[in-house]
Amino acid sequence: MFKKILIANRGEIALRVLRACHELGISAVAVYSDVDRASLHVRKADESYPIGPAASSESYLNIPKILDVARRSGADAIHPGYGFLSENARFAQACADAGVKFIGPTAAAMDAMGSKTRARQAMEKAGVPFVPGTSRGVESLEEAEQVAARIGYPVMLKAAAGGGGKGMRLVQVANDLKGALESARSEAQRSFGDSEVYIEKAIINPRHIEMQVLADEHGHTVYLGERECSLQRRHQKVLEEAPSPIVDAEMRRRMGEAAVRVARAAGYTNAGTVEFLVDQHKNFYFLEMNTRLQVEHPVTELITGLDLVHLQIRIAAGERLPFTQEEVQIRGHAIECRIYAEDPDNNYFPSPGKIALLLEPSGPGIRLDSGMYEGWNVPIDYDPLLAKLIGYGADREQAISRLARALNEYFVGGIKTNISLFRRILRDKDFIAAKLDTGFLDRMLKQSEDKAVDSNAVNVAAVAAGVFAALSTTPSHATSTVTNEAISNWKTASRREALRSE
Amino acid sequence: MLYDVNIDGKNHRLELNRAEGRWSCRLDGRELEVDAVLTQPDVLSLRIGNKAYEVKSERVGNDWYLSVGSTRFMTEVRDPRSLRGRTRSGDDQGARKIVAPMPGKIVRLLVREGDEVALGAGVIVMEAMKMQNEIKSPKKGTMRKILVSEGAPVNPGDVLGIVE
Repeated sequence: MFKKILIANRGEIALRVLRACHELGISAVAVYSDVDRASLHVRKADESYPIGPAASSESYLNIPKILDVARRSGADAIHPGYGFLSENARFAQACADAGVKFIGPTAAAMDAMGSKTRARQAMEKAGVPFVPGTSRGVESLEEAEQVAARIGYPVMLKAAAGGGGKGMRLVQVANDLKGALESARSEAQRSFGDSEVYIEKAIINPRHIEMQVLADEHGHTVYLGERECSLQRRHQKVLEEAPSPIVDAEMRRRMGEAAVRVARAAGYTNAGTVEFLVDQHKNFYFLEMNTRLQVEHPVTELITGLDLVHLQIRIAAGERLPFTQEEVQIRGHAIECRIYAEDPDNNYFPSPGKIALLLEPSGPGIRLDSGMYEGWNVPIDYDPLLAKLIGYGADREQAISRLARALNEYFVGGIKTNISLFRRILRDKDFIAAKLDTGFLDRMLKQSEDKAVDSNAVNVAAVAAGVFAALSTTPSHATSTVTNEAISNWKTASRREALRSE
Repeated sequence: MLYDVNIDGKNHRLELNRAEGRWSCRLDGRELEVDAVLTQPDVLSLRIGNKAYEVKSERVGNDWYLSVGSTRFMTEVRDPRSLRGRTRSGDDQGARKIVAPMPGKIVRLLVREGDEVALGAGVIVMEAMKMQNEIKSPKKGTMRKILVSEGAPVNPGDVLGIVE
């Protein structure tokens, strides 16, 4: 087993991996950029090393700097988390060359799967169903026009190196193709340093269902059940659950076996996820393989009772899978909410800033994987994911009710978050009835929210406003009796305002 | 003490006094039995009669919010005897500023000075936290001034343009 693992990431996932290390008696090394010195992963690590300025390209994406820390710290393995270098085959290869174990698949398997176009070619060979379209990037607008005409509109343009909805455009009619291709290409170039874009037939309002696979380095590959990830905004997942409400044991077996074929075709090892689109007739099509631990892995952990990060580490250390496919049992239901620093009342603008107040939920069936703390400044430089709140129950109904209860306990003050969006989703009739597809959130957000004002809550707020004013000071008058708490409250408020006006 | 309390734009008259640790309270003329404990600087445990509430206080920029349960209220308190009461801005007549809601970078200008803009029309594209976002016009009118250029870094509160 490894003695020391370097975690090449930040935020909640760095914490997640750090905890697994400590549970396994492994020392954890954090790396951080200048703006992350006070971040939670640095506070909790056994060792931590600065790796440069805020810009990811100069810190969390900088391979030489990270390998230099691995050498200086004597780490024998690197866990990349998700995002950043996690799906970078050059990084995996550089780790291998430096004699540090990369906790993930080999560079060759990543290469086979990392490019969506090459993955499609491999699937064609392995006989896995995939969405009609091109298996390589389009060279020119003329070629794009021909392909789109052949497979029929609407079509989807996708970055070959893509992920997270970047470099992705839905094109409804031929006239929009030119502009969409240009913008998809430039976004792909900006985001991934690769402008290759391919075309797929767009399946309108499909479900997005993915299968977790796990492969050891001794030829054993298993699937751990699916996750329903249909609730997305701008192609970014917002809420995930497991199992999928529409997948029965038979469909799970078929999808799982297809996913295992995909993994085997790529010579895949460690944890990976095979994403499928599922149409209204429950046909599933291979979409892509994510060659890393997913953000939403906790829902699978809760329903299988397995710890995916422990297993990733054990597999990377050369251990065999400690169970067989037949031993994988699915029990209960889990739902994850991705808590983002963004403002639901203002077009989901990112909302970085200082977390002035943080009240976190707990209790039965609640798991919170968080990277924030009260007083922390959410930097502007990275993805706005703050935390993941996961509810588990004996069935979907109980998972929903526990999550709804926990969301009411959850309070993040000082910045805006999308917590209120989840309260709304969990109340939604169609969500409760599990009528989900990738168009769900857009449809729900188009309806005006029922904002009936609770007059009792208004009265409570009015009384509370007076009490706060009496106990401390309001912006309009700084007199009257002041308690100790009130002084510190006033000081933080005025300090905050002073900072803002600088 | 007498307070004018404004909750989400509606005024309430609150009479609140404390003597020997006990509160006496009248809200809009109605007497309420109130017991309040500040459990941490921004969290008030409030009992009205025997009903219990947790009220969270938040200051964001110049705004003050109180959250009761999962409902968040924009709040202002004015002591009527004070002459320094704040007035609300956001007058829909005349010019309106377009303000950067977050730190970031201007990616693209979607309109030019002199263009007609509709309420809610995208006027400027900003990038922050790796996401591009459209800043929308706060009113229907003419884009009188654009104060930033493409590529410029901006801070929250910076005025990006003026619509009249």
